[in-house]
Amino acid sequence: MRQYLIPTFAMVIFLVFWEALVWVNDWPNYKMASPSDLWPAFWRFKELFLSYGWETLWRTVVGLLIAIVVGVFLGMIMGFSKVMREGLYPLLVGFNAIPKATVVPIVALMFVGQHDLNTVLIAFMISFFPIAVSVSIGLSTLEPEYRDILRSLGASKLTIFWKIALPKTLPEFFGALKVSVTLAFIGTNLMEIVSPHGRGLGALFDSGKTNSDYPLMFAVLIALAVLGIALYYVVVFLEKIFAGWAERSAD
Amino acid sequence: MADARENLIAIENVTHAYQTDGHPLPVLEKLTLGVPEHGFTAVVGPSGCGKSTLTRLIAGLMRPDEGSVWLHGEQVVSPRSTVGMAFQNPVLLEWRSILKNVLLPLEIVPTRLSKQDAEDRARHLLHLVGLTGFEDKRPSELSGGMRQRASLCRALIHNPDVLILDEPFGALDAFTREDLWLTMHKLRAKEPFTGVLITHDLRESIFLADEVVVLSDRPATVQHSVSLTREGSPSLDQLYTGESIAILNELREQIRIARNGAGV
Repeated sequence: MRQYLIPTFAMVIFLVFWEALVWVNDWPNYKMASPSDLWPAFWRFKELFLSYGWETLWRTVVGLLIAIVVGVFLGMIMGFSKVMREGLYPLLVGFNAIPKATVVPIVALMFVGQHDLNTVLIAFMISFFPIAVSVSIGLSTLEPEYRDILRSLGASKLTIFWKIALPKTLPEFFGALKVSVTLAFIGTNLMEIVSPHGRGLGALFDSGKTNSDYPLMFAVLIALAVLGIALYYVVVFLEKIFAGWAERSAD
Repeated sequence: MADARENLIAIENVTHAYQTDGHPLPVLEKLTLGVPEHGFTAVVGPSGCGKSTLTRLIAGLMRPDEGSVWLHGEQVVSPRSTVGMAFQNPVLLEWRSILKNVLLPLEIVPTRLSKQDAEDRARHLLHLVGLTGFEDKRPSELSGGMRQRASLCRALIHNPDVLILDEPFGALDAFTREDLWLTMHKLRAKEPFTGVLITHDLRESIFLADEVVVLSDRPATVQHSVSLTREGSPSLDQLYTGESIAILNELREQIRIARNGAGV
């Protein structure tokens, strides 16, 4: 009971504070919309919020899934081969250093009109790096004794990977996935905002801007936060199932 | 040299070097060592003299540059399932219960045991080392000594005829270590094996082994060996008899010689 009451209470205080701030300062909507303005905005565009929210969600999830596949694959080859690590790492660091906002127009031009592909691509590009790094570090720092206990029994490399290396890397992987989820959302929205005739919550935000519908813009922010929180907790839930053992009981 | 192969574990004239930055670093030189069936040999020597290399060679994890390693009269060219290993780090898998950790080797090694029989055997071994009641705990819930006990059970679950122990008690406090020495004697009585124990603790070596081998400094070769006879049931008091102390001093002197050889 307590664990639900306290967060709910904090949320209510936050909303009251926000409402009061706008009311006391007598800010107009274009400066800051207040929570009481948001509900009408949600209600007026409820169909759009649902369909665009879905668009944003599935693109983010698809981008993230590709990031997991590619990130785990890169992490595996860097984790197992020193040559690959030395070769790939600087490339990856360089690629990661490029702010993805600058890649957005390039990708948009490259695959002009293919809005779904563009969006998924940016979500993927922005989010695979933490996964690749964490998996490669997890694998390359595996103590040799762990390998030896199975290898001395004649186990194959694949068996060692499945039985030891993979499960041992799961806590690091989920740590990275929590970062990647948030990043993938940023990627999706970057593309949705920039693309002309785009769809998704980013596009809705952009149309709020062009129509000077400030409550709508704030409403989109709240919708994004809700989606982000939901996805984050999906990852936390999966982590509990697959890597719950890494959590020490509080004693 | 030929009769060395009659031993269950036979190491013949092994020379081995590691490559470091292109320079060979010789660790073993013409080392010959035999352990008879159901014998238990302790290997002591200066730090970094190649003791762990020796265990990896016996386990078939590495092949020597020169010379050969034999188990049961067969040359070791790759890892074999008749070997059990335990290290200083118990390397238990955190995501498995203690029971599942002990059962791990049976997932690799072909076994005739049914699932139920395997589990019974694991429980029996855990009982022998005093871990009854901890089968379903996670390794992180156990103390260091208990983890090492579980690791010994894992090394024995598949009935290996060779047990390789690489400083298994090195990281434990003195009292826990002595407890584990007694546990080792109990295990040996109930689960016969042929063993090699790498250790830094001379008292441990004379309390547990039938033969103590002193290696010289790198590149290591057998410098000295002492055979021990054991009478009656093992008790820690045996460490403080005049005979034991004389052997202890003999070994200490040998270690001193080995270390001086390196100019330390």
